[in-house]
Amino acid sequence: MQFGIFTVSDITPDPTTGRTPSEAERIQAVVAIAKKAEEVGLDVFALGEHHNPPFFSSSPTTTLAYIAAQTQTLQLSTATTLITTNDPVKIAEDYAMLQHLAGGRVDLMMGRGNTGPVYPWFGKDIRDGLPLAVENYALLRRLWDTEVVDWTGKYRTPLQGFTSTPRPLEGVAPFVWHGSIRSPQIAEQAAFYGDGFFANHIFWPPEHTAKMVEFYRGRYAHHGHGSADQAIVGLGGQVFMRRNSQDAVNEFRPYFDEAPVYGHGPSLEEFSSETPLTVGSPQQVIERTLGFRDYVGDYQRQLFLVDHAGLPLKTVLEQLDLLGEEVVPVLRKEFAALKPAHVPDAPTHAARVAARRAAQARTETPEGASTR
Amino acid sequence: MTTRTLAVVSAGLSTPSSTRLLADRLTAATVEALRARGDDATVEVVELRGHARELADHLVTGFPAGGLRSALDTVAGADALIAVTPVFAASYSGLFKTFFDVLDADALAGTPVLLGATAGSARHSLVLEHAMRPLFAHLRAVAVPTAVFAASEDWAGGDGGTLTPRIERAAGELADLVSGRRSAGDGGAPRRSDPFADVVPFDQLLRGQ
Repeated sequence: MQFGIFTVSDITPDPTTGRTPSEAERIQAVVAIAKKAEEVGLDVFALGEHHNPPFFSSSPTTTLAYIAAQTQTLQLSTATTLITTNDPVKIAEDYAMLQHLAGGRVDLMMGRGNTGPVYPWFGKDIRDGLPLAVENYALLRRLWDTEVVDWTGKYRTPLQGFTSTPRPLEGVAPFVWHGSIRSPQIAEQAAFYGDGFFANHIFWPPEHTAKMVEFYRGRYAHHGHGSADQAIVGLGGQVFMRRNSQDAVNEFRPYFDEAPVYGHGPSLEEFSSETPLTVGSPQQVIERTLGFRDYVGDYQRQLFLVDHAGLPLKTVLEQLDLLGEEVVPVLRKEFAALKPAHVPDAPTHAARVAARRAAQARTETPEGASTR
Repeated sequence: MTTRTLAVVSAGLSTPSSTRLLADRLTAATVEALRARGDDATVEVVELRGHARELADHLVTGFPAGGLRSALDTVAGADALIAVTPVFAASYSGLFKTFFDVLDADALAGTPVLLGATAGSARHSLVLEHAMRPLFAHLRAVAVPTAVFAASEDWAGGDGGTLTPRIERAAGELADLVSGRRSAGDGGAPRRSDPFADVVPFDQLLRGQ
């Protein structure tokens, strides 16, 4: 199982000081956070894509390539890549390129985005949101999986004898997750392709996530990729920790109360009981996180949101220390002990390349020839 | 004898509340009218004041917490609804509207509804027809023809004591719509839209790609 963090790249005033970091500061902070994630032993860093303030991350592959150059083992991903408004040709090229530079440490998470106005900025129509997601992703898969592509669709100019470059590293495209908060149609898309499904799991009650994951697992089996418990599931999560749990609550409360997404609504205590938000000691985070498995089954990737709502860099780095030193080692051990052997590990490039080679070797075995 | 579930939503704020008082009168008259038609009734009252903070939270978070969830389920699952609001600034109160804002869009489709409103003076009575009726038309509920307005003077038996006959007429209309129908809890079509039932299989979406 993989553990990591994801960031939406928001630039939010620190409610305790009223100070807003500059874009320059926040961009450097995110690089420092990613490097720290590797240093403390986390597996994954995923970065959002937005094209409007207060977010900075309009160009995730630039940032991820810069981070890749300064890390060794960290898996780099997105949260999410806009499949609706990005040209699938450019996604195919950018992420294949990043995969080469990062030596196979890249996967990505597709999403439809959460801002209606983004569509016209890229010459698209929001009323086409779903058909864009369908057509663009189908084309992206072809561009990665087929060398020479002839293609005609509705939303971009046709392609004749087109080859996207560079070709996927070792002939294997980056693994794709599909991220969703509320749309079962995205879970169906993930299931159809045998891709991973990532449930946001932050904003809504666990019962909602449980239903989405159950649906995805059922459809994954329906589309013939394996049994339901072999489907590839990722979950978000949101934590704030101090050794003493009351200290965590006191310190996080002003950030919670002013948070752009849920601030000025329920109390920290109410939101913590209704959603998976956990504010407390590392032991509390361990217990709560282990409980996720009770309603989604054995899963492959757990990402935490730790750097939002104006939390200062120093605090975020302290959170990563606690995650890396006290929380993740226990989670790793406990989850591994519970996982049955037939449930796959989180997909990696190396494992996917090995699986492809094994499949090729099987089809090229001499028995096939000798029976003729 | 069929047992019908009657949900009652009252947006009254004070205690005692004339809005709740009207809701109770409408409820009692409806239960009696149902009995006269051979049906029994279970009454579930939702006092919105008790969910005021949860309703504001729902606007912010997008999901119902705690008691609000069961209040919404109660209304969605009922065979009939009695909805009563005080008049605020020429319309239903914001609290009343917020409840129906966060209720699932299909939750009241086809549900018989009796509308009621209260205010200090009868000059506000058209709020029933100009504000409440369009709201329930939007929700595709079936509002009975008689909606009941009670001004302060009605409680004193003013206007020649016409409140009671109006209540009884409205309750009779609601009971007429409810009795003879299939009960919501008895194999009636689920009114709640199920997002998982609407998913189009992906092979179908890809046709023509």
